[in-house]
Amino acid sequence: MANDPIHQFQIHDLTDKFHIGGYEFSFTNSALFMGATVLTITGFLLLAARKAELVPGKTQSVGELWYEMVHNMVRQVLGPEGKKFFPLVFSLFSFVLVANMLGMFPYFFTVTSQVVVTATLAVFVIVLVVLVGIWKHGLSWFKKLFIPHGVPLVILPFISLIEIISFLSRPVSLGLRLFGNMLAGHIVLKVFAGFVVSLGALGLGGMLGAIAPMFMAVALTALEFLVAFLQAFVFAILTCVYLNDALHPGH
Amino acid sequence: MSGTTTTTEAPAPAEAPQEGMAGGMEGHEAPAEGHTTAEGGHKVFPPLDSSTFPSQILWLAVFFSLLYLLMSKLVLPRIEAILKKRHDHIQGDIATAQRLQKDTQAAIAAYEKELADAKARAHGIAEETRGRLQAETDAERHALEASLAKKVAAAEGKINTARDKAMAQVHDVAADSAIAIVEKLTGAKVSKAAALKASGGKA
Repeated sequence: MANDPIHQFQIHDLTDKFHIGGYEFSFTNSALFMGATVLTITGFLLLAARKAELVPGKTQSVGELWYEMVHNMVRQVLGPEGKKFFPLVFSLFSFVLVANMLGMFPYFFTVTSQVVVTATLAVFVIVLVVLVGIWKHGLSWFKKLFIPHGVPLVILPFISLIEIISFLSRPVSLGLRLFGNMLAGHIVLKVFAGFVVSLGALGLGGMLGAIAPMFMAVALTALEFLVAFLQAFVFAILTCVYLNDALHPGH
Repeated sequence: MSGTTTTTEAPAPAEAPQEGMAGGMEGHEAPAEGHTTAEGGHKVFPPLDSSTFPSQILWLAVFFSLLYLLMSKLVLPRIEAILKKRHDHIQGDIATAQRLQKDTQAAIAAYEKELADAKARAHGIAEETRGRLQAETDAERHALEASLAKKVAAAEGKINTARDKAMAQVHDVAADSAIAIVEKLTGAKVSKAAALKASGGKA
């Protein structure tokens, strides 16, 4: 049971189930860690901004770095118009980052390893992009997006088809990339860690044999921290890129 | 609102790989299956278990909305204020430094102008003083020369008169001597006038 790499993704109910409109709801460990993610982000950033020193201390520096990284990303990709999307992109980036990082703790639940969570975030982003596009440019936004300027009439159907497929695949790729990375990383990590425990239980020979997978597990842990940050960054920057399509279609 | 839109969409793509992936996982983990049977009848791969979707979407919507509100209303304005304060402070310091530098340059320019003026004035005063002293010296020298010339002239006059007087006396003495010599040698009496005439003096 301890070796089962799938066990860590199990959802447990922490309260009684309740029903709204025919659906069954309950407060689960997944929800608990969503709450922990929100609490961690808010707590840390408030702590960082507490003293508001002119020359920042360590915590304040990290908070400012965090803020400025997302701020620069939004400004560079979206331009000055993107200012009102900054809180959203910041929330998305922070939520994914901290959920990934909390998932790196042993026995902690990884919210972003649940496909429904990443898919919901991805669909939310795409729905927002479509709404912003229509709000800014009307229905001609689709025309601008799917019928690029200066394309010969002969190949236009193919280009439009490719554009439509690329547009429709966005939520899928956005959601599945994060989900796949987190899921696969945690499974691999658990499998290697499981090898160490199983081999170690076999005696001296097993312990010697466990050295290689142990180093592997350590290296994978470092890699997973990188992936945790990178996937949050990718999610945020893709959100910016898609929002940029909504603000300035016709590339 | 996103929650309601996704409830219909999210399970759709998830449903298809559910069977394949779960099957693949179970096949792969076959050796470990002996231990996990005690876990009890979980045939569905947990992350793809659609029975947990409504709760997760609900709580995600709740917590993400909460996060968005906290970020946009509370946290981000605070950090922005800190950064703005620092930016303003630095800009203010730069402005002050530039103003002070300008002041310094103005002070240096004023100092140099003052110095040049003072030099010019000093030069003028020196020139003027030298001129005045020159004039005074010249006047004194002229006066001195004039008085010296007068004194020389007076002295020369005195010398001339003294010489004339001396010369006259010389002639007198010579005449007297001549009379005496002539009387002693010849016994003849020579008049004073003739003697004076003979000695070249005036009668």
